[in-house]
Amino acid sequence: MLKYLIPLALFLVLVVFLAIGLTRNPNELPSALIDKPAPTFRLPQLKQPDKTFSAEDMRGKVWMLNVWASWCVACRDEHPFMFEYQKSGAVPIYGLNYKDRPEDALGWLSELGDPYLLSAVDLDGRVAIDYGVYGAPETYIIDKKGTIRLKHVGPVMPDVWEKKILPMVQELNRQ
Amino acid sequence: MTRSRLLALLLLCLLASFARAQVQTEEQPSDDPVIEQRLAKLSHELRCLQCQNQTLADSPSDLAADLRREIRAQMKAGKSDQEIIAFLTQRYGQFILYRPRVTPLTYLLWFGPFVLLLGGLLILFRYIKQRRDQITEQPLTAEDRRRAEEMLASSRKETA
Repeated sequence: MLKYLIPLALFLVLVVFLAIGLTRNPNELPSALIDKPAPTFRLPQLKQPDKTFSAEDMRGKVWMLNVWASWCVACRDEHPFMFEYQKSGAVPIYGLNYKDRPEDALGWLSELGDPYLLSAVDLDGRVAIDYGVYGAPETYIIDKKGTIRLKHVGPVMPDVWEKKILPMVQELNRQ
Repeated sequence: MTRSRLLALLLLCLLASFARAQVQTEEQPSDDPVIEQRLAKLSHELRCLQCQNQTLADSPSDLAADLRREIRAQMKAGKSDQEIIAFLTQRYGQFILYRPRVTPLTYLLWFGPFVLLLGGLLILFRYIKQRRDQITEQPLTAEDRRRAEEMLASSRKETA
């Protein structure tokens, strides 16, 4: 009896492992930058190109960096919710406009509205490489000391906001 | 397939058609053949993060082109292959390496197959030994020998 039960048990274990594997999203990679200092950058602002924005400017605040582009379709999904998140006042939201022509980016914002406090222009995607961006939209939560504490790949839909981002932001603000 | 997955697939297809609007930065091969050679070698070891089953060398994606450009620039600045790999793994993690490093996290990956092989050999060995133990040599008794000879003799008679 045991002779037949052991292979069966092994097979079931294999099935469980494969089933878990199927539920995971292979496009979501573990970020290497969690709990590492947010890479520094100084980039021109989209709406005021003569002014710059730097991660350093945000020292002492918990803030959210959202990587977006007008060519990015999934960005359109999260865009309407960005207004709600910004309005909630939970965390200041800044944009990183990724490999976008400024005229396209400005057109997108005037068409759909601008939820960002400001957007920095990463024209050649060099800053995005430093942040390990591999597909927009991506969202980072950076703490008061300038450490990356959370990264989300893909649109920040309300469930992600409620379950992932808001609890993290609240905890970081208490610290 | 659930609806959300279908939607994601559809979005992905759309994404591909929209990608044209992305800012294209010209990919300029370096005039230094040594750098191009080193890049060709190194980029075969690295994974494209957008199309995960392709190497950085084969991928036509924009991110891969950006990363190749970055690698060229770093090589030109005199960085070693090790330094460039360190730069990339700091940002994208071990996942970018096609040959993951041997760390406690990847022990199972590297040594798992050998453990399975050893386990299989052990089971095979024990099985053979068990079978061998079941077969015990029994020498013929005088009576057996007499019967056997009788049978042989009778069969010889029949064929004759």
